[in-house]
Amino acid sequence: MIDSIVPILVVTLGAGTPLIFAALGELVTEKSGVLNLGVEGMMLVGAIVAFIATSASGSLWWGVPAGFLAGAGMALIFAFLTLTLQANQVAAGLALSIFGAGLSAFVGKAYVGVALQSAPRLDSPLLSEIPVIGPLLFSLHPLVYLSWLLFAAVGWFLYKSRPGLVLRAVGESPASAHAIGYPVIPIRYFATLFGGAMSGVAGAYLSLVYAPLWLEGMTAGRGWIALGLVVFASWRPARVMVGAYLFGGITITQLFAQGAGIGFASQVMSALPYLATIVVLVLISRNLAMIRLNAPVSLGKQFHPDA
Amino acid sequence: MSYASPFIAATFTIMTGFLLFSALGMDPLVAFYTFFLAPINSLNGLAELFLKASPLVLIALGLAAGFRANVWNIGAEGQLTIGAIACSGLALHYYSSESHLLLPMMIVAGALGGIAWAAIPALLRTRFNANEILVSLMLTYVAQLLLSYLVHDPWRDPQGFNFPQSQLFPDAALFPILVEGTRLNASVLMSLAAIAAGWVFINKSFLGYQMRVAGLAEGAARYAGFSAKRTIWIGMLAGGAAAGLAGVGEVAGPLGQLLPTVSPGYGFAAIIVAFVGRLDPVGILLAGLLMSLLYLGGDAAQIGMNLPAAVSGLFQGTLLFFLLGADVFITYRIRVIRGVRTQPQEIAV
Repeated sequence: MIDSIVPILVVTLGAGTPLIFAALGELVTEKSGVLNLGVEGMMLVGAIVAFIATSASGSLWWGVPAGFLAGAGMALIFAFLTLTLQANQVAAGLALSIFGAGLSAFVGKAYVGVALQSAPRLDSPLLSEIPVIGPLLFSLHPLVYLSWLLFAAVGWFLYKSRPGLVLRAVGESPASAHAIGYPVIPIRYFATLFGGAMSGVAGAYLSLVYAPLWLEGMTAGRGWIALGLVVFASWRPARVMVGAYLFGGITITQLFAQGAGIGFASQVMSALPYLATIVVLVLISRNLAMIRLNAPVSLGKQFHPDA
Repeated sequence: MSYASPFIAATFTIMTGFLLFSALGMDPLVAFYTFFLAPINSLNGLAELFLKASPLVLIALGLAAGFRANVWNIGAEGQLTIGAIACSGLALHYYSSESHLLLPMMIVAGALGGIAWAAIPALLRTRFNANEILVSLMLTYVAQLLLSYLVHDPWRDPQGFNFPQSQLFPDAALFPILVEGTRLNASVLMSLAAIAAGWVFINKSFLGYQMRVAGLAEGAARYAGFSAKRTIWIGMLAGGAAAGLAGVGEVAGPLGQLLPTVSPGYGFAAIIVAFVGRLDPVGILLAGLLMSLLYLGGDAAQIGMNLPAAVSGLFQGTLLFFLLGADVFITYRIRVIRGVRTQPQEIAV
């Protein structure tokens, strides 16, 4: 029994990791009051840029920073439009998703079907030999450990550090934060770029580690699911982790069901993560008090220092 | 004045295209000709322009009703897919029919399919406060998987050499061709009717006025007693009905059968058409024609210049970026203020 559960858990951790990066990044962005619906587009561009960097350099360690920068670059377009030019955040976010899908498909045309060497794992000698705990904790991909580190860092930053407090204040009441002299727009720029960079890393994980290959539209809605996860988590980092692994598990039920000989049409299984997103959105959102208590008050609203 | 920004945006998009083509080492003038002029240089080209603009305009009109009221239905692609499935069900069931009623029934079925699919996010939003953007988008993926299942399994053509596609529809289930020798068919009449209906709804109906108020000033709408739930329902269902009709137009038009993909992203491109058209029926018509040209140009670039067709998506996104950017200079007067900096102050508790 244990023998069959451990590989499933390992795959679940892998499937949840891109959601962790994207959702934690978006969480920081939304905590500052900015709603960036372009996660899907930023992930796609991060995925293809990371893939190109890796296949050109032959090293994974060029791919991840490249994805990071590509995601941040995409977020910069969004930030310039919404924060400097005061454009509608919903419209700009949709534009970013459509643009990212087009840009990544355009740039990635030449890389469809190109193979990468499979990614290295960090096998800690001895520790990874321990049954059950070994494969679960000590022989995963480095990016999985990095996602745990990111969780700790985001949690510490938002709730234990002074800059994090300021960022949350900006998200709750930009006018008050501005009145006591905090630079609202630059702080929102930082939060938006951070979210974009993390989406880029999420995309890099998909194209370099999870797949590892490039396919047009390969994120398959994970960016949108990550947006749903932030609501599901009611803007709390720890709940993002729970949600991401829950969804990672749902994503791979297909493999699990096939192994167990359950004969549903493959499309039914593929639809599960999307249906699950709808179900959790309904369950969380119906509780208006909880949403009001946890959602950043100024989320999606523009702020102009003169106003 | 706000009508200037679509033209500014289109100009900037074309200039970006010039830069892109130059950067790729092509003669920008030749590329420009191949992309924007050659596709519509013939009667057939013009017919294709209208054929592709038709679903874009139709869906954008439906979405605009919601967007005006800040109801964000972005799952039109899924509603289109369900509309196509619903009318294909009829066409395949009455496969040997020659009745003139078949096509009208398919149109109704398609609209109802789109409405049903849009009703889910509307219900979840009004009843449980669930975000309609995410729900309608998730349902798009579900709709596409349902379509994939149908054409791979129960509705697959038994004589189709195992290709995932349905039987070809009978003539009674197809829109008649309007211009001989082209693919331009009567489905474009639905879009023309929708433009008129959209104009009346927005400018002459009390309901349209209520929805506009709801979008511009939510508090005022509530104070006046306009139902916020009704606004959401109408906004979502208008988009769903339009997208469902567009789905009928595709499968009972140029496709003539149910395929694993029934739309090259019309549902998403229509969002851009709605914005670029300023949520106004006439503007949407012009924006739809421009967007259709981008699609045709993308196809031509693929064949003539060996560029991936995705270049269309690239231009679509760019167009919307420039539009949103250009709006700022029209909505606001820009003043440069220098030397105003305040220092954060410690507040004693």
